[in-house]
Amino acid sequence: MTDASLTSGQEDTAQALADIASNPPQRALGLHRQLDRVWSDLPGWRGFFTSVNHGTIGLRFMATAFVFFAIGGVLAMLIRAQLATRDGAFLDSDLYNQIFTMHGSIMMFLFAIPLLEGLALWLLPKILGARDMAFPRLSALGYFCYLFGGTVIVLSLLFGVAPDGGWFMYVPLTDKTYSPGINADVWLLGITFVEISAMAAAVEITVTILRCRAAHMPLTRMPLMGWYLLGTSVMMLVGFPPLILGSILLEVQRAFDWPFFDVARGGSPMLWQHLFWLFGHPEVYIIFLPAAGALSTIIPVLSRTPILGYGALVAAVIGLVFLSFGLWVHHMFTVGIPHMALAFFSAASALVAVPTAVQVFAWIGTMWEGRVQFRLPMLYVIGFFATFVMGGLTGVMLAMVPFNWQAHDTHFVVAHLHYVLTGGFVFPMLAAVSYWMPLICGRWRIRGLGEAAFWLILIGFHGTFFIMHLTGLLGMPRRVSVYPGNPEWEWLNLVSSIFGMIQSAGFALFAFDLFMQWMFGRRSWRNPWQAPSLEWAMPMPAPSYNFASLPGPRQPDAGAMLPLARGEGLLPGAPRGWRETLVVEPGSGRPQHVAVLASNTALPVATSAAIGSFFAMMLAGFYWLAPLGILATLVVAWKWGAIMGTDRDHAPVEVAPGMQLPLHWQVRNTLGYTGTVALLVADSTLFGSLLFGVGFLTVVAPNWPAPPSGIATWPMLVMSAGALTLMALGALAARLAEARRATGAAFWTRLGLLCCAGALALLGGIALGLDDPTRHARDALRGATVAFAVVHGVIALMLALRADADARSGRIGAQRRGAIPPWQLFQLFWLGTSAASMALILTQEVL
Amino acid sequence: MEPAGPIAFEIARLWWVMLIGAGLITTLVMVMLAMALLRNSMAGDPARSERRWIYGWGLGFTLTGLTLLLGFALWTGERMLARDDGALTVRAQASQWVWNFVQPGPDGQPVATQGVLYVPAGRPFDVYITSTDVIHGFWVPQLGGKMDAIPGHPNLHRLMAATPGRYEGQCAEFCGRGHAFMRFEVVAYDPAGPVPDFISDPQLTREPPLSDAPDIVTDLPAEEARP
Repeated sequence: MTDASLTSGQEDTAQALADIASNPPQRALGLHRQLDRVWSDLPGWRGFFTSVNHGTIGLRFMATAFVFFAIGGVLAMLIRAQLATRDGAFLDSDLYNQIFTMHGSIMMFLFAIPLLEGLALWLLPKILGARDMAFPRLSALGYFCYLFGGTVIVLSLLFGVAPDGGWFMYVPLTDKTYSPGINADVWLLGITFVEISAMAAAVEITVTILRCRAAHMPLTRMPLMGWYLLGTSVMMLVGFPPLILGSILLEVQRAFDWPFFDVARGGSPMLWQHLFWLFGHPEVYIIFLPAAGALSTIIPVLSRTPILGYGALVAAVIGLVFLSFGLWVHHMFTVGIPHMALAFFSAASALVAVPTAVQVFAWIGTMWEGRVQFRLPMLYVIGFFATFVMGGLTGVMLAMVPFNWQAHDTHFVVAHLHYVLTGGFVFPMLAAVSYWMPLICGRWRIRGLGEAAFWLILIGFHGTFFIMHLTGLLGMPRRVSVYPGNPEWEWLNLVSSIFGMIQSAGFALFAFDLFMQWMFGRRSWRNPWQAPSLEWAMPMPAPSYNFASLPGPRQPDAGAMLPLARGEGLLPGAPRGWRETLVVEPGSGRPQHVAVLASNTALPVATSAAIGSFFAMMLAGFYWLAPLGILATLVVAWKWGAIMGTDRDHAPVEVAPGMQLPLHWQVRNTLGYTGTVALLVADSTLFGSLLFGVGFLTVVAPNWPAPPSGIATWPMLVMSAGALTLMALGALAARLAEARRATGAAFWTRLGLLCCAGALALLGGIALGLDDPTRHARDALRGATVAFAVVHGVIALMLALRADADARSGRIGAQRRGAIPPWQLFQLFWLGTSAASMALILTQEVL
Repeated sequence: MEPAGPIAFEIARLWWVMLIGAGLITTLVMVMLAMALLRNSMAGDPARSERRWIYGWGLGFTLTGLTLLLGFALWTGERMLARDDGALTVRAQASQWVWNFVQPGPDGQPVATQGVLYVPAGRPFDVYITSTDVIHGFWVPQLGGKMDAIPGHPNLHRLMAATPGRYEGQCAEFCGRGHAFMRFEVVAYDPAGPVPDFISDPQLTREPPLSDAPDIVTDLPAEEARP
C-alpha cells in the first residue's frame, strides 16, 4: 500500500506507540467464540425484535430503505404512465395528487435519509475501529420508529387517504379548511414519527465519531468518511428541528385550531415555508454529504493513490455545512420577498457551488494522479460525474433570480433536482453498496449483471430527465395530471416515460444482482480492493463484534488484520461477558474509559410502540386518549435509565499491558453525557425556531397587533417568578447532589425532585391563566412556549426521579454519579428556555 | 421559449448565456474526467497537483465564473422589478380554481373579468396579485417570470407584452384538485386601435361567472384604479 498520509503520520504516532504495548497473542478462534457469544443477536424471530447491534440494525435500515425506494419507484412509474399522453385518463386528479406527494415524501423521508443513516450505522464503527455505535438501543429505537411510521404512511395509500398536498405541504392548502380529511395528518404525524429516527441517528453519529474512535486516532487524521458523516449529523441536529416544530404547529392548528398559519387571526402561511425550507435546503446537503464521503473513500482506493487535498476536503465539508443554512430562501424567490434579500440569497446559493466544485476537482485530480481501475464501483463513480456536474450547473442557473422566476415550479426544476439527487446521492450510494457488499455478505458478485444494470440505469436516467429540461422551458408546470391544450409537450413526456421504464428495469436488475451475490456468489478473499482503511482489517463477512481486539497506534490500517484477530490490540475478547468498547477524547483520540454497551433487549421496540400509540391516537382523532400514549412512553423510558447506574464500584480494566482504564459508570464525561449535549443542541434549535416564529409573525404577518390580552398581571408574574425560582433551586439541588454524592445525595435529589414538581405545578397554573390560544396567533404562540416549558419540565422531573431512585438504592457513591450530570444539564436548559419565554411574554405585555 | 415582452427577452438572454456557459463547463469537466481515467502514469508531486486542482480549478475557476454570472444576473434582475413609476396596475385575484381580474376599461373605469386579463401592448404594467384561499402562482410564460398569490401577502409583479396578441397563463403553484385546469389568458391589445370588449372567457370559467366580481371592484384600492 503506497499511502503517503500513513508514512507521514508515523513520526507523530511514534510517541503514542510507546504508550500502548501490544497484548499477548491468543488463539483467534477462541477469541471469536468468546466474543460471538456476547455480541451475537438472539436466534430466529426474537432476534428481529431484540437486536441492538449496529451491523444488524444498519443493514436492516438499508434493506428497508431499498424496499421504500422500490415503492417510490413504482409511484414514479405511475406518474410517468399518466403523463405519457396529454389526456391521460389513467389516474384522476385526486389520486394523481396523492401519488406525486407520496413519491416525493417517500424518496426523501423513507429512502434517502434512512439509507444514509443505515450506511452510517453499519459503517462508522468499522472505519473508526470500534465495536458498536455509542447508543445501540437508540439505533434499534430509531429503526422501529422508521419502520412503523413508514408502514403507516405507505398503507394510507392503499386506503386512499394518502397525503395529497405536495411533499412541501404548503398551508393553507393543508389546513383543515382545504384538506378536511386525515390525508394531511398522515403526513404530519407519520413523518414526525419517522423523524425520531433521524434525531436518534444524528445524536448517535455525532457522539460515535467524537468519542468511539481507535486509540490515538486524532480527529484531524480520521478517515474522510468520518468528517463527511460528522458534517451530516451536525446538519441533522440543526436542520431537522425546524421541520419538526413546523409539523407540530401545523398539526396543532389542524387538531385544536390554534391559528399559527391562519392570516385572519394573525398567522401567516409564509411561516410554514420558512420553517420547511430551513430544513428543506440543508436536507439536500444532508443527503449529499454521505454520498460524497463514499466517493472520497472509493475514488482513491480504485485509483491506487491517496486522496488529493485531505485538508481542503475537510474545509469544503465545513463550508457546506455553514453555507447550506443560508440558502433556504432560494426555494421562495417567487413569494415576494424584499429586494436585498433576493440578492443576498442568490449570491449565497451561487457560492455554495464553490465547496462542491473543490470536491469535484479534488476527485478528478486524484484520478489524474493515480491509475484508475474500471471495477463496478468505479462505473457508478463515472455515472455520478456524468450526472451531478450538470445538475450542479442547472442549480447555479436556478440561483439566478430572473431565471428562477421563469423556471420555478416547472419541469425544468424537476429535471434539476433529479440530476442533483440521483447524481449526488443514488449513483454514489450504488457505488458504495457494490464496494462494501463483499464485507456485508462475504461474497463476490457474479460477473456481468452489475455492468448491465449500470448501463440501463445510466441510459434510462438521462433519457428520462435530460429532455425534461426542455419540457420545463416550454412552460410545463409541475404537478399537473393532464395538459390537453399543449400537444407540443406530448412527445417530450412520452420520451421521458419510455426511458423511465428502462431506468426502472435497471434498478430491478441491480436488486437482482445483489440477491444473486448474496446467495450464490463465490467466497470473497479478504480486503478485495486492497483498501487501507480499518473496516477491511476484519474477517469477512464482518462479525457482530467487528474487531477481536481494538486497533491502536500499532494497528493503524487494514494491514493489521492478523494481529487484531489474535488479540494483540486493545481490550481483546469479552472476558467479563459484557459488550465493551473504547471511549476516547474527542480531539486527540487518547483513550479515556471503557463503555459497557447494552445487550439484546426488547426495550427499543416496546418504546417505539408506546410512542407510536400516541401518534396513532392523534391520527385517529382520539385526542383525549393521546395522553395515555405519553404515559406509556414515560413508563418505558423509565426502564432505559437502568443502564445509567451500578450498585458497586468496579475495578479498572486492563486495556493493554500497563494501561488501566475505568468503566463508564465511574467517570463523569460518559457517552451519555456527550449525547445529552448533542440532544440539547438540537433542542436549542427547536426553541430558536419557535422564537423565530414569534418574531416573524410579529413583524411580518397582517392582522397584528393582537387583541388586548386578558392576562391577570400580578398573579401571572408571581407564578412565573415562583416557577423560575424553583427551577433554579432544582438546578442547585442537582449540583449539590453530585458534590455530596459520597456522603448522602438522597436529601438533595429529593429536594430537587420536589422543586421540579412545584415548578411544573406553577407552569400548569400559568397555562390556565393564558388567553384562549385559538383567538390569535400571539396567544397560540404563548401557549406553545408554555407547552415547551412543560415538556422539558417533565423530562427534568423524570431525570430527577431517576437520580432519586439511584440515590436511594445505593447506586450513587463516591465514584458513581448515576443520572445526575444529564439531569443538571436538562435542569439548566429548562431554566434558561423558560426564563427566555417568560421574558418574551413580559416584553409583549409591556410594549 | 418564445419571449413576447422585454422582461421575457431579458430572461431568455440570461438563459442563453448560461446555457452556453454550462455547456462549455460540462464539456471541459467531461474531457478532464476522460483524460484522468485514461492517464496511466503515477508520477507527480502531490503538493503541486493539489495547488493546481484545488486552488486553481476548484477555487479560482469556479469563483471567477460565478462572480461574472452573478453580476450579469443582478444587472438583469434590477431592470425587471416593479417600481413606482406610474405604470398601469391591474389586479389578479386567485381562488380555487379560477382567476378574477380587474383592469381599467375603455372609459378608464375598472372592469372585472374572469379568466381573461386585458392589457395594452407596448406598456409595462404591474399585476397586484392576491389570493382568497390557498397559495397560487401567477405565470404567463411568454411574458416573464412568475409570482405567488398568497393569502394575506399581496405581491406586485412587473410585466409587459411587446406586441398585441393572446398569451396563455396558468397557475404555477400546486393548489389542489383543479390545479391543472387553473388557466387564464392575457389579451394584449393595441392601445392605438379600437379597445376590445372585455369579456370573461366561458372556457376558462369553471364557477358561475362574475358572482363575486362586484366585490373585487369595491376591494380595489383607490390609487390603483387609475387609467
